[in-house]
Amino acid sequence: AMSLPFAVGQCGNQVGCRFWDLALREHAAVNKKGIYDEALSSFFRNVDTRSGGNGPDIYKGKICSLKARALLIDMEEGVVNEILQGPLRDVFDSKQLITDVSGSGNNWAVGHKIYGCQYQENIVEKLRKTAEHCDCLQCFFIIHSMGGGTGSGLGTFVLNLLEEEFPEVYRFVTSVYPSGEDDVITSPYNSVLAMKELNEHADCVLPIENESLFEIVNKIHQMINSGKLGSTVKQNSLVTSSAGSAKTLQEKPFDEMNNVIANLLLNLTSSARFEGSLNMDLNEISMNLVPFPRLHYLVSSLTPLYTLADVNVPSRRLDQMFSDAFSRDHQLIQADPKHSLYLACALLVRGNVQVSDLRRNIERLKPSLHFVSWNQEGWKTGLCSVPPVGHSHSLLALANNTCVKPTFIELKDRFMKLYKKKAHLHHYLQIDGMEQSCFSEAISSLSDLIEEYNELDATKGGPRIDPSRLKIAV
Amino acid sequence: MSIVTVQLGQCGNQIGHEVFSALCSDIRGTHGLCSKKENESYQDSCKERFFCEEESGVPIARAVLVDMEPKVISQTLSMAASSGHWKYNSHSHFCQKQGSGNNWANGYSVHGPRHKEAIMNLVQKEAEKCDRLGGFFTIMSMAGGTGSGLGAFVTQCLRDAFPTSFILNHVIWPYGTGEVIVQNYNSVLTLSHLYQSSDALLVHENDVIHKICAQLMNIKQISFRDVNQVIAHQLGSVFQPTYTAGEGSGYSRNPLGDLMETLVPHPEFKLLGLRNIPQMPENSLPYSTFSWPGLIKHLRQMLIANAKMEEGIDWQVRPPHPGSSIPSTNKPLHFNTSIANLVILRGKDVHGVDLGSFQDPSLYTPWLNPQDAFSAWKTPRAFNKYEKSASLVSNSQFLLKPLDSIVGKAWSMFASKAYLHQYTKFGIQEEDFLDCFTTLEQVISSYTNL
Repeated sequence: AMSLPFAVGQCGNQVGCRFWDLALREHAAVNKKGIYDEALSSFFRNVDTRSGGNGPDIYKGKICSLKARALLIDMEEGVVNEILQGPLRDVFDSKQLITDVSGSGNNWAVGHKIYGCQYQENIVEKLRKTAEHCDCLQCFFIIHSMGGGTGSGLGTFVLNLLEEEFPEVYRFVTSVYPSGEDDVITSPYNSVLAMKELNEHADCVLPIENESLFEIVNKIHQMINSGKLGSTVKQNSLVTSSAGSAKTLQEKPFDEMNNVIANLLLNLTSSARFEGSLNMDLNEISMNLVPFPRLHYLVSSLTPLYTLADVNVPSRRLDQMFSDAFSRDHQLIQADPKHSLYLACALLVRGNVQVSDLRRNIERLKPSLHFVSWNQEGWKTGLCSVPPVGHSHSLLALANNTCVKPTFIELKDRFMKLYKKKAHLHHYLQIDGMEQSCFSEAISSLSDLIEEYNELDATKGGPRIDPSRLKIAV
Repeated sequence: MSIVTVQLGQCGNQIGHEVFSALCSDIRGTHGLCSKKENESYQDSCKERFFCEEESGVPIARAVLVDMEPKVISQTLSMAASSGHWKYNSHSHFCQKQGSGNNWANGYSVHGPRHKEAIMNLVQKEAEKCDRLGGFFTIMSMAGGTGSGLGAFVTQCLRDAFPTSFILNHVIWPYGTGEVIVQNYNSVLTLSHLYQSSDALLVHENDVIHKICAQLMNIKQISFRDVNQVIAHQLGSVFQPTYTAGEGSGYSRNPLGDLMETLVPHPEFKLLGLRNIPQMPENSLPYSTFSWPGLIKHLRQMLIANAKMEEGIDWQVRPPHPGSSIPSTNKPLHFNTSIANLVILRGKDVHGVDLGSFQDPSLYTPWLNPQDAFSAWKTPRAFNKYEKSASLVSNSQFLLKPLDSIVGKAWSMFASKAYLHQYTKFGIQEEDFLDCFTTLEQVISSYTNL
C-alpha cells in the first residue's frame, strides 16, 4: 500500500527533505540486493531512466532510479530549489513541484484563499498524475507548520482538496505548532484558522511542538558532551542525526529537529512497509485511535533517542524503552500523558522484541495510567521485525490523550489576546473570501474541541459505572 | 476424506503454516512407537486428509490462503516452500494491498462481496481435488479486520455453496489486555455471525497459550511463533488420524463429521474448548514418563475445574453428588458443566486405558444420555514425539467466562458509542450491533443454565 506525502511550505519541505533522505537510508540498510521490493514501493517509484528523462515505471527487478511519491509545494522557491540542487535532486522531478516566488507573508488567508484558488487546478492535476502511479493508494501525509502562511493556509487547502478528490484515502497530518515565543506575531491566527480545517478534514493529526524537539536535541547534546557516553554512541542511531544519509556535512540549524519528525514518520509507516509478527497498517491506526471523529489528535513519542555501540542489550534496557515512551521528555509536544486521560494508546515496536516483552510492559505500566472507563484495556499493538538504522529495537507510542488540551488552550489564549484588540486583522480581512465569520467560526471550532476534552477529563477518576447488559428471557 | 483449510488474515495464515508444518513433521518422524504397518496407515490417512501429492513428491497442503495485504501470505508461502518437506499450491492464495484496517465492517461488507467470486473459485478448486470432501476448517482471529470480518463472510459463503459439508471454525481469542482496541466489537460481530453458518467453533485463547509457553514450555522471550506452534501441536493432536470405532475399521474417514456428531448435539451450543497434556519443551521429552491413569486424572480435573493447563489445577472443585437429581442452579459455582466431551489418546498402551471417570453423569447436563455425551478416540501411534498424549475437546462452560467478559467490555464501549462511526461508514449500523449482542447474550444464557 502506498503513501503519498505532501510537503507544504518552508517547514514542511525542510522536514520532507530529511524524511526522504532518511527513508532512502533506511531502505538501503535493509535492501542489500538492490531489488525494487514491496517495501520500497510504499514511498518510491522505480523509473527506467536509461532512455533519458522519464521512462516507464519498473515494478520488479533491480532498482534503476528511485523517485519519491511526493508533492513539494511552496510559495517561495528557496527551500525547494535547495532540495533540487542537493543530493536528493534525482529523487524528484519537476512535475512534482509547485512553487511561486513571493511567499505568503505569514498570512493564512493568502495561502488558503489566494494561492489555493490560483493553484487548485495545478495541484489536482499533479495529484492525479502522482496517484496514477500508485496501484493502491492508502494514505496521504501532509507535512507543514501551523504558524506561517503557506504551510498553514495552502496546506489546509490541499487537505480539503484531498478529501474532495480522494475521499477514501486516509489523511494524516503532521503539524508543527508554534510556540509562545514564535517570532511570527500572527502565528496564533494562522494556527487557529488552520485548526478548524484539521478538525473537519483530517483523519489523524500528529501535533509537534518545536520546544519539545529542541529539548530532545539538547538532551542528546548534553549526553554526548558530558563524556559519559562519548564515542560509544552510534552516530547513525541518534534520532536527530543525518549520519549515513545522502546529506552533506553542512548541517542546517533545524536539521536535527527535523530528523526527529522524519523518524516519527518512518516509524509510523514501518509496519506497513516491513514484515513482522503483528502488522500495523496506517488504516489500523486511524481505526483504533479515533473513537470519535473530531478527537483525532495523537501525541507521539519516540524511544530510544540513541543507541550505544554495545550489541548485547539486556532485557532491563528494553523495559526502560517502554517506560521512556510514557515520560514527559520523550513526547513531541509539551504534554504529560501519564497524568491525563487516555482514550486510546498504540505501541508500535520495531526490532527484536516479542509479544511477551510487549505484554510484560503493558502489565507493568498500565496501573499508573488513566484510561477512559469504556476503554480500560485500550491498547493497539504492532510488532515489526525490522529495526530502525543503528538500533536493535525501537518504540513509537501514539496516544489519544486529553493532555493535548493545554496546547490548544494556550493557542486559544494567544489568539484571543490578538483578536480582542483586532491586531493585524485587516491583513486577513482584506483578502477576497475572508470575513470576520471565518475567525469567529474558527475560534468556535477550537473552543468546542477543548470542551470535548474537558468533558472527558471530568470523567477521570470518577466511579466506573458498567452499563447494564441486555436481559434474555430464559 | 479430505479437509480443505482456509487460512484468513495474518493470524490465520501464520497459524495455518505452523499446523501444516506440525502435521508434516509428525508423519515424517520416526517416533511413532508402533508397527511399520500402523505407521504407514497413519501417514496415508494424514496425507489424504491434509495434503495432495504432486509429481515431485512434495506434499501440497490442501489450503486456500486469504489476506487483504500481501506481506504475510508472501512470507507464509516462502517459508513452507523452503522447508523442502511440504508446500502450498502456488496459485491457491488471494490477497489485496490495503488490508482491512482492523475494521470488521470493512472485511465483511466491503472486501467480502467484492472478492467473493475470486475466493470461492479457489475454494472450489481445492474442493474438487478431494476424492471425498470431508469439510472445511477455517483459521482466523476475531480481533482484527480480515480474519474476523472477511472470515465471517467467507464462512457464510461456504455454507451457501456447500450446504451439506461440515464447517469447523478455528477462532483465536486475543489477549485480554488488548492487541486491538476495537477487538471486543470485532469479536462480538464475528462470533454472532459465525454462530449462524458454522457447525462448531474451536477456540484458542492467546492468554492461555501464552501461559503454557511461559510456565510449561519455559520459553523466556515468547514470540507469536512460539504461541502458534503450541496451538499447532494442540490442533494436530485432534486432527491426526485416530480410530473412532474398534481398530478393525481402520482410521476414521470422516474426522470433522465425527467431531460434530460427538460434540455438537444442539445448535445452540457450538463453542468447543481444547486441552492437551502433557506439554513440555522438546528437550525434556526423553526424560519424562507419564502414566495413563495420571494423565486421565489430571485431564478430568482440568475439565471439572476449568483449568487451562496441567499446572495450578484446583483439586478442591468437585462435581455435585452423583445420583441425586440436582437442579443446575445448585451446582457448585466453579464447577464446569459439560454437554459433551471427546478424549483423544495417542501413543503407548492406549488400549487398556480406563476412561470411566469421564462417563460420570454428574459431569454432564442432565438432558443428554451420558453414554452419548462422551466419546473416546485412540491410536497407538505416538504424536509429535510425545510417548503419550491426551487431548480433550469439550463442549462445556469452558468459554463462558471469557465470552461474558468480551461481551461485557464490548457493551460498555457500545454504550458510550465510541468507534461506532468507523463501522457505520462501512454499513454496519447500531441495530446490527444490537442483534449481535442479543445473539451472544442468548448463548451466554444457554451455557450458564446448563
